[in-house]
Amino acid sequence: MTAPAGTTDAAASGPALEVEGLWKSFGSLHVLRGIDLALADHDVVCLIGSSGSGKSTLLRCINLLDSIDAGRIVVKGAEITARGVDVNTLRRRIGIVFQSFNLFPHMSVLGNVTLGPRKALGLPGVQADAQALELLGRFGLADKAREFPDRLSGGQQQRVAIVRALAMSPDLLLLDEITSALDPELVADVLDVIRELAYGGMTMLIATHEMGFARDIASRVCFLDHGVILEQGTPAEMFSEPREARTRQFLQRIIEAGRL
Amino acid sequence: MSIGGGPLDTGALAAIERRAPPPRRSWRDEGGLRSLSIAAVSSIVFFTLLGVAIVNAPGWNEVRDYFFNGEIFSYSMPKLVDAFTLNIQLFMTAEVLILVLALVLAVLRSLPGPVFFPLRLVATIYVDFFRAVPGLLIITILGFGVSGLGLAGVPTDPFIWAVVALTLVYSAYVSEVYRAGIESIHPSQEAAARSLGLSRVQALRYVILPQAVRRVIPPLLNDFIGLQKDTVLVSYLGIVEAFREAFVLQAAKFNSTPYVALALIFLVITLPLARFTDWLVARDRRRFMATAR
Repeated sequence: MTAPAGTTDAAASGPALEVEGLWKSFGSLHVLRGIDLALADHDVVCLIGSSGSGKSTLLRCINLLDSIDAGRIVVKGAEITARGVDVNTLRRRIGIVFQSFNLFPHMSVLGNVTLGPRKALGLPGVQADAQALELLGRFGLADKAREFPDRLSGGQQQRVAIVRALAMSPDLLLLDEITSALDPELVADVLDVIRELAYGGMTMLIATHEMGFARDIASRVCFLDHGVILEQGTPAEMFSEPREARTRQFLQRIIEAGRL
Repeated sequence: MSIGGGPLDTGALAAIERRAPPPRRSWRDEGGLRSLSIAAVSSIVFFTLLGVAIVNAPGWNEVRDYFFNGEIFSYSMPKLVDAFTLNIQLFMTAEVLILVLALVLAVLRSLPGPVFFPLRLVATIYVDFFRAVPGLLIITILGFGVSGLGLAGVPTDPFIWAVVALTLVYSAYVSEVYRAGIESIHPSQEAAARSLGLSRVQALRYVILPQAVRRVIPPLLNDFIGLQKDTVLVSYLGIVEAFREAFVLQAAKFNSTPYVALALIFLVITLPLARFTDWLVARDRRRFMATAR
């Protein structure tokens, strides 16, 4: 594999993630309207807000899956939105887990987990397999290595997707409503995995509707409303005494829906 | 997510569907046996009536001698089978080239972004052109025209031009099949691959194409059957393949039985492939039903 394009050497310094003045629109729809956000190492930041507030788009922009219209995204001191950066190299350091798992259905669990390390990092197959099996074992999936994704439950599939992202040893993990497509009884398994990662010091940016989880795990909670971060603070501040009326309104609806 | 009494989310709906009762199998099996016997009886009646009508037609005796002459049949069959090996060589050679060229075309047409516009344009024009012009014209123009130029290094063997012409024409069709397969793969698959740091080419190679090709194997086999039949078109170049052989035999004996014999040969070759295609489609459907829990 080619060497990283001069970005990683300078990258050891700086916060895990800095987003400055990020704008993104789809046609005339302004989804993100000036997002400023910073994550230090080992931060676990939860993004909350109603559907369409821009949570998913923000995560996709940070992983460069969507292009941005204005602003900067800096990871460990390296601006990833600069012209001419090698997006393939950068993406290896930022993992993302999607709401709909997006496992590769034509590959076994082991194939899914090792594809990135083998093809993007150029790891030899034996080494990639060993590393993948170790990770799968850590998350209770060792016996599923040879199965295909369609033989697994939703919760197992999502755990495989998390392991797949972890196999790239990312500096930053983005989680996009990873429990929203799961049956309620499968949610806890997946959240336990994330909790373990948080205790292990993984830097994470999490879009979620699981408020109880956010309250437990987050070092900071950001409320996204119509493409701006309207309010942020510690879980205690945000859930007990939110300042903004819109935040209170949102949390009120969540409480009524029985999710807090 | 449902907030404040909004509509149920899809996960909840799927959960409700899952609780639907299983199909009433015993009733369906009884119905199956009954309809099977009805089908058998009605088929026997239908084909008997048809047979009687044909045999009693005023011109049946002439037609029988002209198309179903046993003596001429057994005389021409070995010659036709012999000539048919050329058809097999034609479609096997062309099929390999078609599968490769068509995949290249499909990938070119699927390349995103303004940078690749010229490549997309060339591939699109190619596909439009070779789908629009009848294959027989392409075969004739290439076989007589290009080889007639007498340019040094340009082959004059009509077999080569026949393969080239069939490849050009069928690649256009097959590339559209591939492209449909590529476009049927959800963009989230590419997003997942790219998010792991795979390049666009790697995502195509390891994630999109393996799924796309698997999905279009039945229509690919369909086009392969079409190709087998269209090998008779190259008889226009004077290549003595099975159809040309049948024509020669027909002319020599003033009897069309060789054509019927040739039709039988095509049936024997093509029918298993057609049934195999059906079987593949059914298997894929079953597999999908089994997994779409």
